[in-house]
Amino acid sequence: MIGVISYLVFFATTAAILSIAVLGLNLQWGNTGLFNGGVVAFFGAGAYGTLILGGTPQDGHLGGFGLIYPAALLGGMALAGLMAWVVGLLTLRLRHDYLAIATFGVAVAFENLMRNAEWLAGGAKGVRGFERPLRAALGDGFLYNLLFFIVVLLLLIAVYLFLERLVASPFGRLLRAIREDEEAAQSLGKSPARIRLTAFVTGSVILGLAGGLYGTFYAFVSPQDVLPTLTFQIWAMLIVGGAGNNRGAIFGAFLIWGAWTASGWALSRFAPIEAQLYTGSMQFVLIGVVIVGMLMWRPQGLLPERLVVSQRGATPLAKQGE
Amino acid sequence: MIQNLIDGILTGSYLSLGAIGLTLVMHILRFANFSHAELLSLGAYCALVFDALVTALVPGLAAKLGPLSLTWALILATLISMVLTGLSAALIDRLVFKRVREKGQELSMVFASFGMALVIRNVIGLIFGLSPELYSKDIAFATILSRDPLILVKPDQVFVLVAALLLMLILHLILSRTTFGYALRAVAENPSLAQVNGVNLARTIMAVWLIGGGLAAVAGVFYGLSHQIIPVMGRDLVLPIFAATIVGGIGSVYGAVLGGFIVGIAGNLALVILPSGYTPSVPFLLILVVLLIRPHGLFGEARA
Repeated sequence: MIGVISYLVFFATTAAILSIAVLGLNLQWGNTGLFNGGVVAFFGAGAYGTLILGGTPQDGHLGGFGLIYPAALLGGMALAGLMAWVVGLLTLRLRHDYLAIATFGVAVAFENLMRNAEWLAGGAKGVRGFERPLRAALGDGFLYNLLFFIVVLLLLIAVYLFLERLVASPFGRLLRAIREDEEAAQSLGKSPARIRLTAFVTGSVILGLAGGLYGTFYAFVSPQDVLPTLTFQIWAMLIVGGAGNNRGAIFGAFLIWGAWTASGWALSRFAPIEAQLYTGSMQFVLIGVVIVGMLMWRPQGLLPERLVVSQRGATPLAKQGE
Repeated sequence: MIQNLIDGILTGSYLSLGAIGLTLVMHILRFANFSHAELLSLGAYCALVFDALVTALVPGLAAKLGPLSLTWALILATLISMVLTGLSAALIDRLVFKRVREKGQELSMVFASFGMALVIRNVIGLIFGLSPELYSKDIAFATILSRDPLILVKPDQVFVLVAALLLMLILHLILSRTTFGYALRAVAENPSLAQVNGVNLARTIMAVWLIGGGLAAVAGVFYGLSHQIIPVMGRDLVLPIFAATIVGGIGSVYGAVLGGFIVGIAGNLALVILPSGYTPSVPFLLILVVLLIRPHGLFGEARA
């Protein structure tokens, strides 16, 4: 029984961390219409940043700053934001393809750099020497994982509430205005490029937070954690859940992560032994089909965006007479 | 250094071929097609199948052409693959992209192409296995052009370069001299106006996919000749090809050609100063440099 519960806690922690990432992406894509093709780079920046800043000294790679945990996590988030700022500055004035390609490029380059630069982050061996916060007091057991889950859940709720308020605020209306009609927003004296950059950086900082928590959870991060696979998974979560809807984003994260875990388990359990090598390929085909299928048959997702009219125009003349 | 330059030009020849199709699609359908590189692997595997088939049916065609590791069978297989890959590209558009296009916005297309890339790449992996394949198991000996500095060129590489340039010339003639070429350019400039003037939009889009797919198939075969054929080759090629279109300016065919060569040469020259592990990052650095100094590329124009 305790085994099942502890597995559920483990699953829910991962899903909740991914939900935070999907929320960050939702701000970029769902609310602002920015295509981030390199989600994993910003997620990875958060993870690497947190672990390097908060870790103990290691031979051969950067580290040993030993910052207290919250500062390390904030540092990781700042790193993700900084990367987004540079990429956004260069691409957000141009047509949307450029952002898609440049962010995709960032992800390739980030993974490549982490894999090769041993002096920076341990190369293919990954970043070691990170102590999970409060481990001395709580140990490594179930209690720790449960408390960690609660912290992640609280952060997820905090991010959710923050984004809900942001989206309902004048700034949120501005984001949607720019998404729907850039020229109209411009004619009202707004600067689409600057607003987009703000939204892009904010979303990436949230992605960085998710990455930082992910790194903390495993107390380890390596180039294997920043493969493009994760970008696809996070994308699928948002599309299935419903772009533009924060609740949909969280729902999609749990649903897709559940489906991914379940399909991996089923394939490893029931697929013939000679097909085991190909379970990864099969899972990728499934996730690709889910993405394409949703776009073809239900592009608004399972929980569509609720469009609000913030100010109704005058009542039509015909009705006034009644 | 000179060796790197030569290798770079040869890499550039297949990158250019891949980039031409991509830039045309990005120009006319206005979306960054992340599944274009998968057309290269589709073409490469298609040629592999027909090479084996032709060799089995007509063993006489399996003889090598002079110093090349290329056979008549492979040339024939490549031509078949061009047609089939072009048709597959048109079919994928008809089945997937067209529907997404009619349903959603341009950006949904980018997504759909991400999904399609995953599907195509992994289905190829499931069918052909994950281990690399080669067109010819024989070792291709390089010809020594000079001993000091040591410069080696494989005959296959020269063939690839010449064939690529020839294909680009043919495409240039089609685009600049035929009614079809004018129609294509008209659609890219202004789809509605082109339709008013009697250009069939659906047929033009189909033609773009056929050309793009056909060139991608050749590029895939050439990549296979120079390296090896693996299911994940699309993953490694997608960024260099995108970089080529951005360097050249999205929508410019000549820009894509030049961009392909620039990306190829830059990647190989980078080996002089960077360890080879960093090669995959070079296209990204090029993209950053271009966006910094000339955001619309060498031949591109600003367009919303």
